[in-house]
Amino acid sequence: MSEARANILNRLRHSARPQPTITEPEAAPAPPLSQADKVAQLKQRMEAMHAEVIITNSGDWTTALKAVLRQRSLNGLLYAPHSPIGVMLSEGWDSDLPPLVAYEQSVEDCKERLFTIDAGITSTQGGLADVGALILWPTPDEPRLMSLAPAVHIAVLEASKIHDSLASAMRTERWAERMPTNALLISGPSKTADIELVLTFGVHGPKELIVLVLND
Amino acid sequence: MTETVVDFPKNFKKALGDGQLRHNLRAAMDTLGMRRRTLFSDLDVFEKLRERGDAIRQRALRQLPELLERLEQKCTENGMQVHWAETPAEANAICLEIIQKHNATRVIKGKSMVSEEMHLNHFLDERGIEALETDLGEYIIQLDHETPSHIIVPAIHKNRDQIAQLFHDKIPNTPYTEVVEELNAIARQVLREKFFAGEVGVSGVNFAVAETGTLCLVENEGNGRMCTTAPPVHIAIMGIEKVLERLEDVPPLLRLLTGSATGQLITTYFNMISSPRKPGEKDGPKEVHLVLLDNGRSKIWADPELRHTLKCIRCGTCLNHCPVYTRLGGHAYGYVYPGPIGSILTPQIEGLKNAGAMATASTFCGACEEVCPVKIPITDILRRLRTESYDQDETPNSVKDHGHKLNATESLTWKGWAFSNATPWFNALNAKLLGLAGPLLPKLPAVGIVKKWSQSRALPTFAAKSLHVLAKEKGIRDE
Repeated sequence: MSEARANILNRLRHSARPQPTITEPEAAPAPPLSQADKVAQLKQRMEAMHAEVIITNSGDWTTALKAVLRQRSLNGLLYAPHSPIGVMLSEGWDSDLPPLVAYEQSVEDCKERLFTIDAGITSTQGGLADVGALILWPTPDEPRLMSLAPAVHIAVLEASKIHDSLASAMRTERWAERMPTNALLISGPSKTADIELVLTFGVHGPKELIVLVLND
Repeated sequence: MTETVVDFPKNFKKALGDGQLRHNLRAAMDTLGMRRRTLFSDLDVFEKLRERGDAIRQRALRQLPELLERLEQKCTENGMQVHWAETPAEANAICLEIIQKHNATRVIKGKSMVSEEMHLNHFLDERGIEALETDLGEYIIQLDHETPSHIIVPAIHKNRDQIAQLFHDKIPNTPYTEVVEELNAIARQVLREKFFAGEVGVSGVNFAVAETGTLCLVENEGNGRMCTTAPPVHIAIMGIEKVLERLEDVPPLLRLLTGSATGQLITTYFNMISSPRKPGEKDGPKEVHLVLLDNGRSKIWADPELRHTLKCIRCGTCLNHCPVYTRLGGHAYGYVYPGPIGSILTPQIEGLKNAGAMATASTFCGACEEVCPVKIPITDILRRLRTESYDQDETPNSVKDHGHKLNATESLTWKGWAFSNATPWFNALNAKLLGLAGPLLPKLPAVGIVKKWSQSRALPTFAAKSLHVLAKEKGIRDE
């Protein structure tokens, strides 16, 4: 269909005539938020979208995680054995907890497991305070389906990685120079309002999103 | 696309007579409008934001050919395969070829208005390929062999009772339930198996970033992520106008889109895809195809005024605020894109003969323009399209079927009207004569060439003295 390409571009080039440039208004500068403010804002916004946000710290976040897991009856927890959080988990796992299940093969070899396991845990690239969302950049260690296929998604977020806004995250982390295969913003469990605009949670993605925010 | 001329009066009558439809729509449109107002409660902030949105879209369109080439180059560098299609038929053929190359028969689809424009599902279905809609609203209407009635909430014309009956009738072993959560759970269960087994995923594109070769998808349900992550092949389809220059153009437009569409600060998922699965990665499609569809857009682009149509980010808020749409719903318009945006876009794509009447489905109240997040001059374009149906002077940028309604009687009538209004003595004479003879004039007969006009309008009562004369008598200066 290279003919289509040539025809479309020719039509666009042929009819191109100078258009007046219009001045673009700048974004209104927002006062920078403190880390505590960012945590509070993210928590408030994400809870409004039915995510469960637990503030803990880098020392004993696994304790908080285990409490979350013990409250639920889960058939397993999908995790990334080689990620930093994965290493911490496998070091001290208790026998009464749902078994840790590693995502180590490619999807073709473990698809059924991914679609039947109850929960998955991932780290995050950061968060957004202004809208209340997590940033995920899935990696070879922590693949894309980990945060999508299981019914419960548990995400670990370091408080220091929460940005004011998407624009500031893109700018300070230079996203344009290094976009990953897939970058995601996630603001809560999956939802729909397609029937009479009645908001219901847990459609095709996770039914629950639990965020563990780690203060240093 | 549909070749038949849509019978608007008949459709409108039917829609207006459907009490259930009007009830379902009214409630939903009021809610969506209210949610949007709550989010954009500070009008100054909103105005500044949409000025940015407008400027970003105009900047992208100004460089459209260059940005499309850059997008193609970047996506290709990233490992995607880019295809170009001038017509829906070509785009369908491209999709079919990809699907057949993989011997696939099960296609799962995320919501895409462009694929509706192509009638892709029907096309694939005729060739023995199941193309299953996975957005809940789209799934509902596909079960009932309907098309979307709204850009954002496609099944909004149905209420829960109707959906309960539909699920009970069409999904095997499904008990009747009107509980929305239960209906949702039924769909989740059915579609999860489909996500698991889908061989090719098809999606639309909300924004495509030329700078990085990134496809952005906005959604709440997770079905879009499923369709673009679980199957081994992903086909993304977009109109050529959706390209943006820079990654930093995305945040303001994202805010405008989710806020205008449903009053959300952000959707559950914002999915940015820049490449197929890389070596070492464990999931994601091994092939990502991007299909760029023109279908009349490059022609629209050529005209500086009509080009504004292409700024649209498909938020659907003009539908929610339109006094015509909110009483009719989308189906009465007869085409894929309804409401104000449909009324300006469709006649330009389909031609005035088939779809020009859509531009008459407006009260010119301008609500659509007031809420449009990218400031599309919808009423100016509506007026332009109405004029073009009757206009004589055709230019290369004229819309298809320009002047198709031109006829001697109307031309002469309007020429006479123009002469009268431009000639003071003649106008005064006419006013006087009508004032004298007005009460004696018979009712306009509903026959012949005046029937269409007279059957829905009453003849005005002419005053004995015109405003002009009255003003003169009061001593107001005549200028």
